Amino acid sequence: MTVELLSRIQFGVTTSFHFLFPPMTIGISVILVILQTLRVATGKAIYLDLSKFWTRVFGLIFAIGVATGIPLEFQFGTNWAQYARFVGDIFGSPLAIEGIYAFFLESGFLALLLFGWNKVGPRTHLFATCMVALGAHFSAIWIIVANSWMHTPAGYHLARQMKVAADGQLFPMTTDLGTAAFTVTEVALPADYVVQPTDLHHVRAVIDDFYLAILNPSTLDRLTHTVLACWITGAFVVVGVSAWWLLRGKHLEAARASIRIGIAVATVACLLQLVAADSTARGVAIHQPTKLAAIEGLSTTRTQAGLGVVGFVRWKYGDDGQIVGIEDHALRIPGMLSVLVSGKFLHLREAAQTEVKGLADLPSTEFLRTRHPGATDEELAQLRPSYWPNAPLVFQTYHLMIALGVTLTMLAVIGCTLLVRGRLDRTHSRFIRAFLAILVVSPVLAHLATQAGWFTAEFGRQPWIVYEVLKTVDAASTVVKPGQVMFSLALFFIIYLLLTYLFTTLFARMVSQGPIAGGGGHGVVEGWKPLSLRSDRQTKG
Amino acid sequence: MDLNTIWFVLVCVLLTGYAVLDGFDLGTGPLLLLVKDDSERRVFLNAIGPIWNGNEVWLVTAGGALFAAFPYVYATVFSGFYDTFMLLLFALIFRATAIEFRSQRPSRLWRSAWDLAFAVSSLTSALLVGIAIGNLAWGIPLDANHEFQGTLLTLLNPYALCVGVTTVLLFVMHANLYLILKTEGSLHARLLHWTKFTVPAYLVAFFSMNAATLLLSPHIATAIRNRAPVLVAIFVASIAVTLNILREIKHGHEGRAFVSSALSIITLMMLFGAAIFPNLVVSTPTLANSLNIYNGSATDKSLGFMFVVALIGMPIVLAYTVTIYYVFRGKVQLTDESY
Repeated sequence: MTVELLSRIQFGVTTSFHFLFPPMTIGISVILVILQTLRVATGKAIYLDLSKFWTRVFGLIFAIGVATGIPLEFQFGTNWAQYARFVGDIFGSPLAIEGIYAFFLESGFLALLLFGWNKVGPRTHLFATCMVALGAHFSAIWIIVANSWMHTPAGYHLARQMKVAADGQLFPMTTDLGTAAFTVTEVALPADYVVQPTDLHHVRAVIDDFYLAILNPSTLDRLTHTVLACWITGAFVVVGVSAWWLLRGKHLEAARASIRIGIAVATVACLLQLVAADSTARGVAIHQPTKLAAIEGLSTTRTQAGLGVVGFVRWKYGDDGQIVGIEDHALRIPGMLSVLVSGKFLHLREAAQTEVKGLADLPSTEFLRTRHPGATDEELAQLRPSYWPNAPLVFQTYHLMIALGVTLTMLAVIGCTLLVRGRLDRTHSRFIRAFLAILVVSPVLAHLATQAGWFTAEFGRQPWIVYEVLKTVDAASTVVKPGQVMFSLALFFIIYLLLTYLFTTLFARMVSQGPIAGGGGHGVVEGWKPLSLRSDRQTKG
Repeated sequence: MDLNTIWFVLVCVLLTGYAVLDGFDLGTGPLLLLVKDDSERRVFLNAIGPIWNGNEVWLVTAGGALFAAFPYVYATVFSGFYDTFMLLLFALIFRATAIEFRSQRPSRLWRSAWDLAFAVSSLTSALLVGIAIGNLAWGIPLDANHEFQGTLLTLLNPYALCVGVTTVLLFVMHANLYLILKTEGSLHARLLHWTKFTVPAYLVAFFSMNAATLLLSPHIATAIRNRAPVLVAIFVASIAVTLNILREIKHGHEGRAFVSSALSIITLMMLFGAAIFPNLVVSTPTLANSLNIYNGSATDKSLGFMFVVALIGMPIVLAYTVTIYYVFRGKVQLTDESY
């Protein structure tokens, strides 16, 4: 296996595992702000107990999120050094900003949150909670900014480093000028310049406009979509735990209070997500048409394109074993994809006539010609499939995400209805028990949906690491050997399996222990009581 | 001062911030095994409990700043030091896990296993950070494209190991002084007694490291010739603040002793920075292939933008970091509420 493939697997494994945790902390941070606000506003003890319980859970999840997050930042350098060189002028900034504005805020105030129950008053504690939530959301913003730039790069130009001899003449960096003195300058390359693998030590993307790079065409859509997904995940974790308590008849008062907040947040977030997801998909249709064709398994350009619901698509192979197209075996809603792409929901008949490009025409012949000058149309058609993402895979992940999203939205709405009618805690009813049992597994569904969404986004971007600029295969480190990555990958696997086991058992213990009425939970876990006060200091809270 | 120099200083400041803050909680690892009683171990862990996470953020931010300001350095060092940095990652993950999971169960076996994991991973982290710094100071083989040309064994040279050990001893000393601030009674007395070993141990390592640098490293010797007054001044200051630790302890000024220890770290980092400037990765034997603050940097536009970002952000970070340390000042006590 190549370093590139192993590094992709390693980045995939570490990112997927890491991304189990931040959606929960981001979502739960919103719940914590609500709980703490209710605590300050009503002064009821139950909100204090619940705040303490969910803060404890937050602390555990956050610690694992931090520990598993550092490997992601490191891997841009360790495994993707050529990528780091190429995009460093643009991509490094959001990561640094994330550190300065998000992580410091989140981890600093988390100390107050976890250990400050006796040290600061309720209002200060609420303030600290807001800061933690703000930090969590800031980190989402900056990492999505960085990631979105990989999908829809903007606000930059390509430039090549050249040697400038004493007489002002320019030479490539690889020219040996002997002992003659020279300086180095960066020369802008034309907009249609095609990056070659051999270029990567001397050609890079250079920032023109930070505003355009940060607010690149997909940032806002993807940010909204991801943050809402995080809220949904966090809310369903709260709902799932509360439903479990209700079913077991434990911690009933806490369960009733927290399921109410969880369902409310989930409903709002799910309904907003319908709009955000629609907008995100339309953005993909505009900016990454190849990705859209792949995730919908659309083989030919057509009007009245159908929206896939369930089924599968398969690669179609030519006589020489090369991929030539896709076979469609999906159940579709006729014309619906055209309607969604057009966004004109009020004129359905007209909207259904919208043309959607299929993989047979993507990427466009003009684009392929810039990469393969001199190739005939026939040769370009043969080359085209090498520019497609793995359509059979992303078709599944995309439709799994949608199916799960719809399921979660339905659960939230039904839950909301039952809640308003005051029936959600009538656990003697069989129907309610069955519904609560589904809610208990709902956090797993939410996690599956976020993972499937990320798989769609990142596999859908292939074969590019920077969309239609730099190929993933060219971006891997050149000095790293496959054996090194295999070794680190194996270790990541073992350590993350261990972490999964430890986390699930401890989380289960925390949940079954539940909130401790009127005290307890001053620290994140039993031995972690706050640094106690000197006798001359006041105790509050 | 141009933007490249400013960012050299800023990256050094972030790394120094990491060393000063995470230094004492990395150093707490090995010291944890020196106390046997569970409640005493918990005092140690509670002393770093609320802040270790924030301290680690300094490393993340330093990494991000290095990526943003000197992407070529980031790419060369991280890919070149692949195995070292992967080990560092595993050690950091284990540390976080150990702190989090240790106290979840009262079982003695469970706790001593996590204590061992915490001590070993803390020690390894400190050692690896030191080895990385040592290699940067000593120089590594780079080709004309600034790609690392060695193997893991190249990095595990005696000089780098010497810097690694010095870092471990420095952090242990630093942790010792931090824990003095956080403890009472017999544990406190023992920690005071330990300074008689930890401070001299660091001083011996410090002198050996400097002697090795002077006698063996060709390019640092050149740097010393060029900026002798600055380097000598920092060197003398570094020894003075370290010796001052013992004096402050003797007079019972524990807070000042800790500050002196922090100053030891700061002066050591200044010594390192002043010795390698303007290089970031020295190339040996072909010095011409070195990465410096100009050929390894982002563009001026990027550096300028990030400078404004840092100028606004860092004072805010410092303000609430100081506030949070203030809130958690004072001795650790395991009260009746503790298990």
